[in-house]
Amino acid sequence: MNALAAAAAVLVLMLVGAFAGAVPGGAAAVTVVIPYAAFLTLVIGVAWRVSQWAGTPVPYRIPTTCGQQRSLPWIATAPVDNPDTGLMAAVRVAIEALAFRSLLRNSRAHVSGNRLEFSEARLLWLAALALHWSLLVIVLRHLRFALQPVPFFVPLLETFDGILQIGAPALLITDILVVAALLFLLGRRLVNPLLRYLSLFTDYFALLLLLGIALSGITMRYGARVDIVSVKALVLGLASFRPAVPAAPSPVFLVHLLLVSALAVYLPFSKLMHFGAVFLSPTRNLANNSRRVRHVNPWNHPVPTHTYAEWEAENADVMRAAGLPLDGADHV
Amino acid sequence: MGPIMSEKPVIDIALKTPKGDWRDPRVDFRKGTFSYASLPKDLSALGLPNPRKWQPTDLDWQLPPDWKRILLDGMKERLEKYRSFRLFMDVCVRCGACADKCHFYLGSGDPKNMPFARAELVRSIYRRYFTLSGKLFGSLAGGRELTEDVVKEWFYYFYQCTECRRCSVYCPFGIDTAEITMIVRELLSLIGVSTHWIMEPAAKSFQVGNHLGIPPHAFKDSLEFAADELRDITGLDIEIPINRKGAEILFVMPSADYFATPHYYTLLGYMMLFHEIGLDFTVSAYASEGGNFGSFHSNDLMKSLNAKIYDEARRLGVKWILGGECGHMWRVLHQYMDTMNGPADFLEMPVSPITGTRFENAASTRMVHICEFTADLIHHDKLKLDPSRNDPYVVTYHDSCNPSRGMGLLEEPRYVLKNACNNFHEMPASTIREYTFCCGSGAGLGNDENMEMRLRGGFPRANAVRHVREEHGVNLLTCICAIDKATLPTLMDYWVPGVQVAGVHEMLGNALVMTGEKERTVNLRGEPLAKGAADA
Ligand code: SF4
Ligand code: SF4
Repeated sequence: MNALAAAAAVLVLMLVGAFAGAVPGGAAAVTVVIPYAAFLTLVIGVAWRVSQWAGTPVPYRIPTTCGQQRSLPWIATAPVDNPDTGLMAAVRVAIEALAFRSLLRNSRAHVSGNRLEFSEARLLWLAALALHWSLLVIVLRHLRFALQPVPFFVPLLETFDGILQIGAPALLITDILVVAALLFLLGRRLVNPLLRYLSLFTDYFALLLLLGIALSGITMRYGARVDIVSVKALVLGLASFRPAVPAAPSPVFLVHLLLVSALAVYLPFSKLMHFGAVFLSPTRNLANNSRRVRHVNPWNHPVPTHTYAEWEAENADVMRAAGLPLDGADHV
Repeated sequence: MGPIMSEKPVIDIALKTPKGDWRDPRVDFRKGTFSYASLPKDLSALGLPNPRKWQPTDLDWQLPPDWKRILLDGMKERLEKYRSFRLFMDVCVRCGACADKCHFYLGSGDPKNMPFARAELVRSIYRRYFTLSGKLFGSLAGGRELTEDVVKEWFYYFYQCTECRRCSVYCPFGIDTAEITMIVRELLSLIGVSTHWIMEPAAKSFQVGNHLGIPPHAFKDSLEFAADELRDITGLDIEIPINRKGAEILFVMPSADYFATPHYYTLLGYMMLFHEIGLDFTVSAYASEGGNFGSFHSNDLMKSLNAKIYDEARRLGVKWILGGECGHMWRVLHQYMDTMNGPADFLEMPVSPITGTRFENAASTRMVHICEFTADLIHHDKLKLDPSRNDPYVVTYHDSCNPSRGMGLLEEPRYVLKNACNNFHEMPASTIREYTFCCGSGAGLGNDENMEMRLRGGFPRANAVRHVREEHGVNLLTCICAIDKATLPTLMDYWVPGVQVAGVHEMLGNALVMTGEKERTVNLRGEPLAKGAADA
């Protein structure tokens, strides 16, 4: 149900994009107005969300420790999985962000006949890694359209990406990886009963939107070739605030651009913000040094306590009888 | 300390394909799978809101008329006070990495016990009332209405989480369902929804000083009893000072150590150790509870109960504090105490009077874990140990959740054990250290009425013990947690009969060769030592 609704939503977006060129003003909307609005939403939205998180206090130092603490000097510690300095906590976060450390721990439980066994489950980690790194490379490759002169690393990336040297234009590894990873993630959501039980609209929508973007992009590269020069002219125009609506934009290009705009609008308000969370998560970005360095809670408020004096007053008789020392001679 | 049940529930462990719609909040309060409600007297004693008589099986929970507003206001306040809460509400991607990591899911097969599902029960309310998309699109955006059924569902599932943090180890964003559980329990307590097994001990800890409600003279009696027992075993006169001003060290332990078995044998172990090294210490009848039942209820109550430790250390004028074997107690001491009730500027840097080691890792809280302290003694060769006295035992070690995932105290207890015992075998790597499985009874769930769920939740731990029992003949499960010691025996009796449970310092006490002791013929449990073992 959620999957169907998400597919329908993406399909509607694609249709709008495909036919926009046929409606007066449609091309201008999809190539100029919507991208500007989407970009603005993205920037403001992300800034707002991140500042909301960053501005919320972290009252307690609650890292999840995943290895030996630093205590006695002769005991070997796990400096990254249980960091005890801010620097090592930053390393922990970096490894989490770049290599998905925690996902690598994944395993799968099997139960049969009141026995429990575990097997390795690295595919999720591999797919996540393939997806995110490919997306990064793809975004960087797209700088070819937005920057003049093209930065030196872009052609370099393309060379490596096309190292398989299959076909012309050369088949790019990241194009394959991104689609394969998206299909895998989508497939496991549909097939794995635990995930299907709890997958929301947004879970499918995010995957399908990315898939739509990837496939429309791939179509332009390998199939319905578009006029690269006019695309570059458009993007450079947008970037220099002198936008010019292209004369006859290809429908595939409009679909691609509209989906990217939709992603930009959707991102700040959705789970896709998770990229920012890795850096701010208090169970990951704090050093486990709460006994060595005092952590301050900005709103630490007083609470009622049962003081020793009150307690002694209530128990003075039995304490005296038991020969326990008393502080206050005046409580009788 | 659950008694052996007269009728053992027959438990089949199976992970079936989840059925139904998770958004349906209705819960079947099946006997054996939930805890009883708190009593008004305990809430009143603690000054907590909305005390009343009710039970989870009642149709009408007699919630206060404005319960919905109270909950939503409470959520808003906590979203602004805890980045953890806001972030964890916002970012789960439902990747499912945590799904089969929770012992309650593995033991019950109930899909709402998957950590991300548990969190989604409150996340859906957050979306509906606190996010634009949820307000606009409701259930399509993953939102749910807050109804009385949701309150009941929260009660059921957030008291079916032992705050063990295992899910958090696997989550790519470190989403810690334990943190969410702590906050939801706080929210529920605002409308007077809490459990008896937590609130009565908390009220007693507040008023009397320990969760069992043992008054000062009985506290003294029970320590004197321990001293008598030690005289029988070792032939030595061992003194246990109480409320002694000017001692160098205040020793704080969970109250079960002096009132429950097998905890009691651990107490004997501590006291033998302190006597042997001539430690200048005192225990306190006021701060006679290291455990903190408040931490299973709310951060305010945690703070209130915890305050006694520093207050007492200040009053007695000690230099630093030493803490006994207890899991959640150490989560509080390690990650919360200094922040909540510090700074401990009236104490000094903890230095071992025997080895001169400065415990730099405790430079600010000035509280040291007994395993750190003892490991340091052994490392400096200050103790004479005869591990052969523990030879009848084939030992494994259960990492308690809190010292593992909220601290990282992994090697110290192992070091003590390996020096005190000859036969030691680890459980499989995926079930120990940071991957350890909970006893299934932590965070206030270890009561008798919840027995079936405890046995289910404890199943993954028991399964690993069974593995080393079959492989190596393990007959003793050691641990450093009072709740473990109280609940693992029941778990072992059910799943792995023939395995006993002991504290690390019980093993140490057995092995400790004391100056001037008589020939030891029995171990701390009064069982005869193995032949030829006592010839050190
Ligand atoms: S591992 Fe983390 S992100 Fe993945 S489903 Fe669980 S809580 Fe959500
Ligand atoms: S903290 Fe432990 S009990 Fe709670 S959801 Fe996570 S794994 Fe389960």
